[in-house]
Amino acid sequence: MVDCREAYSKKLEEMALADERIVAVVNDSVGSSKLNGFQNKFPNRCINVGIAEQNMLGVSAGLANGGQIPYVCGAACFLTARAMEQIKVDLGYSNTNVKLVGISSGMAYGALGATHHSIEDVGWMRIIPNMTIIVPADSIETSAVMEFSAKQSGPMFLRISRMPVPDLFVPGTKFQIGKAARMREGGDITLMANGVMVSRALQAADELMKVGISARVLNMSSVKPIDREAIEDAARNTGGIVTVEEHSIYGGLGGAVAEIVAQTYPIKMRILGVPGVFAPTGSAKFLLEHFGLTSDGIRSAAIQLLNAR
Amino acid sequence: MTSSFTIDLARLERRAVQTRVRSLQMVHRAKLGHPGGDLSAADILTALYGAILRVDPSNPDAPDRDRFIMSKGHCSAALYATLAGAGFLTDAELDTFMAPLSNLNGHPDHNKVSGVEANTGPLGHGLPIAVGCALAAKITGAPWRTFVLVGDGELQEGSNWEAGMCATQYELDNLVLIIDRNRLQQGDLTENTICMEPLAERWRSFGWDVREIDGHNMGALVDSFQEAPFTAGKPSCILARTTKGKGVSFMENRQEWHHHVPTTDELQRAIAELERGAH
Repeated sequence: MVDCREAYSKKLEEMALADERIVAVVNDSVGSSKLNGFQNKFPNRCINVGIAEQNMLGVSAGLANGGQIPYVCGAACFLTARAMEQIKVDLGYSNTNVKLVGISSGMAYGALGATHHSIEDVGWMRIIPNMTIIVPADSIETSAVMEFSAKQSGPMFLRISRMPVPDLFVPGTKFQIGKAARMREGGDITLMANGVMVSRALQAADELMKVGISARVLNMSSVKPIDREAIEDAARNTGGIVTVEEHSIYGGLGGAVAEIVAQTYPIKMRILGVPGVFAPTGSAKFLLEHFGLTSDGIRSAAIQLLNAR
Repeated sequence: MTSSFTIDLARLERRAVQTRVRSLQMVHRAKLGHPGGDLSAADILTALYGAILRVDPSNPDAPDRDRFIMSKGHCSAALYATLAGAGFLTDAELDTFMAPLSNLNGHPDHNKVSGVEANTGPLGHGLPIAVGCALAAKITGAPWRTFVLVGDGELQEGSNWEAGMCATQYELDNLVLIIDRNRLQQGDLTENTICMEPLAERWRSFGWDVREIDGHNMGALVDSFQEAPFTAGKPSCILARTTKGKGVSFMENRQEWHHHVPTTDELQRAIAELERGAH
């Protein structure tokens, strides 16, 4: 089990060594963003603006104007919510080459509470034109996404958890923007997940196989752009779609998939996530269980969906 | 360093009149705009583009150009008229101000208008962006400077003060903040809304070197812009005392001209006054 923050920070250091335009911008978040190494190696390229997210986003847009490639790294909850107008105007509307690395997204902060959870970020980012959104599933994909991010100009939101996850990809796998990776073949139902939920969806597929249900599993790390073909194919050729994300059921992956399913080949879906509530107190592990975001929860939802047809 | 007496101030003053006239014509034609602030900022913009900024309309993205961020983006008519005067736009394009599908949106869009550095409109965005521009120059050791123009009411947005602290922390003496201190905001006097004074002291206490000038005195503007940084290692703040609606008697210091649109008669009287004042 690996904390994806390690992979992103290691890769960022490598990239910064090769490209001197790469800078890190943080809001007193050097430690929580695992950037101590970066700061030691590139002290004048680690810009700490203090606890000031609106300024952080504006400064990043200015750094990009001045030819730098800023990676803005901070707790996803503050990075997004506190600076949404800057994200909309200074990044999205301006189409600025700034990368947002939302750390400890979802409910990773657990018992610190709903103030520190970031289960709205994908929804907010999806509405903003020009914004690319990627939610990698493991440390290998995180590295690949980082490498990709510097090659594509424009604003991007990378959603990184701090919850350890197993490695799912073969080392060296390239990231393909706008493509869903088919992690498991299957024809009875499709499970679509991203981030920390992909490994749980794969476990659910194993459980479903035991009761004779063959589940296709798609890694939907590229939320925007999203793989419309893979979604339509799943709608046409499997018996239902279950989406799973560590995010509100409103506006995230489930919403994105449903928008396409409804307009191409309407079939029944289940959208698993946080059901429009602020989470109660509890560890990240507890909260995922509380909201049924487990292999068991996914398996049950899939069976219910197939029975409901 | 060049002193203002080698610069043709009379030429700049004539250009500022032209910027005012064109701004009012644009607002009149579009039936929309912010003429009071346009007139307030016209001399500052003219001094920057006419004598200070190292920018080239034939190479608007030159990496080593000076940066100017128009944080008070609602005064876009004055910015566009100034950019036209500097060769970034044609004069004919100004007549498309806010027309359907025009590049000249009510608030500036840098992806549509050459010479515009940042998309502004919501207040409190320009100074943080300018801090980033100045930081980029510091990181790379580049010689260019960054100027940013904010409104005084705009400073009620907290992001400015976040950026103000950041600029001193990083010793951004390549950054010049210009405050268009016309003492009026959309709804009332700034001091009746949220008191801004002691404004110079506030910026000094944030570690900025502040110079207070008459924001309609072309010589003082040019000198201050040329002389910045006033202190090595400190960002510079030019508190430009201005008059909202400057140059048109019935607009000056009148809160309703924040976004009032002149009638044809008012436009003609305004132009006559501005042109008379130029002689």
